[in-house]
Amino acid sequence: MSVKQNTVVFKRIVKTGFLNFVRNAWLGIAAMAVMVITLTIILFSIIANATFANTVQQITDRIDVSVYLNDSVTIKQRDELINNLKGLENVEGVTYISKDQALVIYKQQNVGNSDLLTAISQTDNPLPASLQIKPRDPNRIEEIRTYLEKGDIKALQSDETSYSGDRKQAIDKITSATSFFRKAGIAGIIIFAIISMLIIFNTIQMAIFNRRDELTIMRLLGASTNFIRGPFIVESILYGLVSGVLSIIIIQALFSVSSRTFEASSLGILDINYSNTYFREHFFIFLGLQLGVGVLIGAISSLIATRRYLKFKTSK
Amino acid sequence: MILLDRVTKTYNKNGQALERISLHVEPKEFVIIIGPSGAGKSTLLKLLTREEKPTTGKIIVGGIDYETLKDKEIPLLRRKIGVVFQDFKLLPNKTVFENVAFALEIVGMSNKEIENTVPRVLDIVGLKDKEKRMPAELSGGERQRVAIARAIVRQPRILIADEPTGNLDPKHAWDVIRVLEKINKFGTTVILTTHNQEIVNKLKRRVITMEAGSIVSDRAGAEYKG
Repeated sequence: MSVKQNTVVFKRIVKTGFLNFVRNAWLGIAAMAVMVITLTIILFSIIANATFANTVQQITDRIDVSVYLNDSVTIKQRDELINNLKGLENVEGVTYISKDQALVIYKQQNVGNSDLLTAISQTDNPLPASLQIKPRDPNRIEEIRTYLEKGDIKALQSDETSYSGDRKQAIDKITSATSFFRKAGIAGIIIFAIISMLIIFNTIQMAIFNRRDELTIMRLLGASTNFIRGPFIVESILYGLVSGVLSIIIIQALFSVSSRTFEASSLGILDINYSNTYFREHFFIFLGLQLGVGVLIGAISSLIATRRYLKFKTSK
Repeated sequence: MILLDRVTKTYNKNGQALERISLHVEPKEFVIIIGPSGAGKSTLLKLLTREEKPTTGKIIVGGIDYETLKDKEIPLLRRKIGVVFQDFKLLPNKTVFENVAFALEIVGMSNKEIENTVPRVLDIVGLKDKEKRMPAELSGGERQRVAIARAIVRQPRILIADEPTGNLDPKHAWDVIRVLEKINKFGTTVILTTHNQEIVNKLKRRVITMEAGSIVSDRAGAEYKG
């Protein structure tokens, strides 16, 4: 066939697909409903994942290791220690806080507490100079700890090192929760994707069954496989597109309801404001993703569903 | 135009539908195949349209050797052969016009060309004034003529009619046969299977008689003894 004829045939396939979509609307509702659920879960998982990651990041950023130095430590010893620490693989940065700076910070932190301020002003500055070590990976803080526990380095320190231990525990909890949600999300996505494929598969097979005489006639008249199959694929792609848009609308609605309900910021580790912002900032990417996945699910399942009915007899 | 060389079709171990059929049909011939039910007439036609594959033997139609025919080429082959079925096989949700147009839509003909072609073909089969009717509103003979219009609208070189008069009363049966004769006059090879003794005898064409999967006679202008 010429290019012109192919174009005409392609237009007819798309048109028939649209007509079938409208005619089979009731049959398609089940397929679309489950596809909407699948796509909503996918989108929800992505946003939840990003939100958890953000929460972890925020807490991680606040984690550091404070090493308090003896007043007797010389500048040379201090610089050597800083350089050695910077040489450790897991150390992102080291900040030196002198005794004077420590006092300024202390005063700032206790602005409202006149007793403490009075106490500190009556003595010579009792606060030690310190090094704030920022780890690259808070889960591997032990490496830094081991280094700091070494005898000669321990001797430079005035107090026990502060490891933000409670924060570490919180991080561990969130990390394991995140990893659980991620796994559950992936499992959910796979299960619902399979279910929606099966339902679309069934819907298309039912549509084919209802029109099997028509398909036989088309075959006998010399319709190509694409001419017969095309409208079914177009129909399923339309299911995918509609479902994609619906899932975006559902998530959007969920956010507007939840933002109004919770007004403020945070539901435990699920920072709704962040989720909402993340969703809005990536809106078009998500829209594309939802439409893409919807189209993919529709196209694959209808391709498989039509395969069986379109084979030519091969037995001799 | 059509060549079958020692064609055998076996459906299962016991059921031999066709046994070493050899047949040659010239272009523009009008061939009638007769024989009792189960003689293998329909199987023979199904082999020609490649609805079935022969178990052994060679089939060449219009220069196409079926042995080398790929699946994706089957639609192209069928577009070269017009087929008329006993049960019409019209699309019930489409009008007369749309049913005939459908054969052209498949091959990518433009709407404008379709609008020009279909009325001319409906005129040939005598249904010009009924193009907006639905199949259910037509008589059996009229439906069969729609099916013929659909089969010839692509101007095939071969027209296969599988008992097209089987469901029709004598008057309508003759209407259909006359259309087939007309088409044959335009140069299309026609292969017709029928049980109708009167038609066979009056047409005086080449008659192939089949029995139990074999050709038992093949004569020009033969008569059907029933």
